[in-house]
Amino acid sequence: MTEVAPLVVKDVHKKFNELEVLKGVSLQAQKGDVISLIGSSGSGKSTFLRCINLLEIPTSGEIEVHGEQIKFMTTRKGERKPADNRQVEKMRSRLSMVFQSFNLWSHMTVLDNVIEAPINVLGISKKEAMERAESYLQKVGIWERRNYYPAQMSGGQQQRAAIARALAMEPDVMLFDEPTSALDPELVGEVLKVMRSLAEEGRTMIVVTHEMAFAKDVSGHVMFLHQGRIEEEGPPSKVFENPDSERVRQFLAPKY
Amino acid sequence: MIEYLFDFHGYGPSIFKGAIITIEVGFLSLILALLLGLLGASAKLSNNPVSRGVGTLYTTIIRGVPDLVLMMLIYFGGQVLINNFTDWLFVQFEIDIFINIDQFVAGVIAIGFIFGAYMTETFRGAFLAVDKGQIEAGYAYGMSKWQVFTRVMFPQMMRHALPGLGNNWLVMLKTTALVSVIGLADMVRLATEASKAVHQPFKFFIPVVLVYLALTTVSEWFIKTMERRYSTGVVKG
Repeated sequence: MTEVAPLVVKDVHKKFNELEVLKGVSLQAQKGDVISLIGSSGSGKSTFLRCINLLEIPTSGEIEVHGEQIKFMTTRKGERKPADNRQVEKMRSRLSMVFQSFNLWSHMTVLDNVIEAPINVLGISKKEAMERAESYLQKVGIWERRNYYPAQMSGGQQQRAAIARALAMEPDVMLFDEPTSALDPELVGEVLKVMRSLAEEGRTMIVVTHEMAFAKDVSGHVMFLHQGRIEEEGPPSKVFENPDSERVRQFLAPKY
Repeated sequence: MIEYLFDFHGYGPSIFKGAIITIEVGFLSLILALLLGLLGASAKLSNNPVSRGVGTLYTTIIRGVPDLVLMMLIYFGGQVLINNFTDWLFVQFEIDIFINIDQFVAGVIAIGFIFGAYMTETFRGAFLAVDKGQIEAGYAYGMSKWQVFTRVMFPQMMRHALPGLGNNWLVMLKTTALVSVIGLADMVRLATEASKAVHQPFKFFIPVVLVYLALTTVSEWFIKTMERRYSTGVVKG
C-alpha cells in the first residue's frame, strides 16, 4: 500500500472580484518533500500558499490533507465557503504556517506563543506543551530568550521563534510564506540555516521564497509561478540549470 | 467650627444613601454600556449590511441627541409605550397587568444605552487597531473564532480601548447626576433637597463634590493599572 500524500492541491483558481490571481495551480507533496515556490511579485505564489490553509478561500479547486478532502458549500450569494468549520480548524492544525512578518502574538512571551496552540487547539497537557516548547526552542537556538516578548527581539530571532511555534504543533506539512523577506540581509542566514536543518530532518515543507540559493540547494522540487499559472516545475537542477521557459530564464538571469 | 462643618442637620445618612445609589447606577450602567459597546462594535464591523445599518443608526441617534432629552424620552416615553402594550394585552387577551418603570431601572437603561454608543466607537477603533496578522496567525493555527477573539483579539484590543474606555467611564459617572431629573434619589437630588431646606448649599454640595472626586480618582488609578496590565509586550520607543 502506498502512503497517502499529506497534501494534495488540485487546480486551484482564485479570483478577487474580476481579477483572476490563480488560474489553476496544483501541487502534490509526499512525506519529506521540500517544495519551493518561486516567481516574481504578483505571480500568485503567496496567494496560492494562503489558499492551501484557507486563509483565502479558493474560487474553485480541491484540497486534500492526508486523503481527507475539504468540504465546500456555496452561499446564497454564490460565494464559496468551507462547509464545516471544524474540519477546517482540524486541517489548519495539521499545517502550520510561518509568516513573512512573523505574526508572533505580541502580548505573549515567546514561550507562551509556542505553547498556546498546542494547549488550546491540540488539547495536549501544559506539561507536554512545555516539553515540546523546550525542545523546539532549543533547536532554533532561542530557549534562553523564552521569557522575552516578541518586540524585545530582532527579526531573525522572532522568525526563529515563529518556526518553533510552528514545530510545536508537530504538523504534517509546514507552510513558509516568504519567511526571510522582512529580514535584513545579516539575519537571513540564521533563519535559512534553521530551515535547512528542518529539510534535512525530512519534514514536509512548502516554501514561498525569493532566496534562489535556498530553493536550489535545499528543495527537491521547484515550481515557478507566472501570472497565476505554473510556468515551469521540476527538480531544481532542471529549473535552474536548463529551464524550458524563456520567462524563467529571464527571471533567473543575472541582473547586473 | 468643626462641629459646624459636620452638622448635616440630620441629612447625612440620606446623602450617604444617595452616594450608594450613584455608585450603583454608575456600575450597572457601565456593565450595560460595555456589553452594548462590544455588540455595537461587532455590528458596525460586521460583513452583514443589516447589522452595520443598525449599529450606525444606534450610534448616530444616541450621539446626536442630548443625554438629558434621551433620559426623559426613555423614562416618560418608555412608560407610555409599556402602558399601550399592557392595554393591548388587556383588550386582546384580557391579561391585566400593570408595569411601572422604576426610576432606578430607567436611569440605568438610559445611561447604559447612551454610553453604549460611545463605547461602540471606542471598541470599534480598538478592534481596527489590532494588526490583522495577529488574528490570521490565530486562524492559521486552527483556533476557532471564539478562541481567536478571547486569546488574541480581546487582549490586544483592550490596550487600544482602555484610554477611551476610561474617559467614557469618567464622563458616565458624572452623567449619573442626570438621574435626579427623573426623580431618582441619588446623591445630587438629596443634596439639592437638603440644601433647599436648610439654605446652605455649600454644606451639602461640597461633600457631593468630594464623593465624585474620590470616585474618579480611584477610577483613574484603576484604569492606569489596567493599562499597564494590557500593555505587556509593548516596547515604548
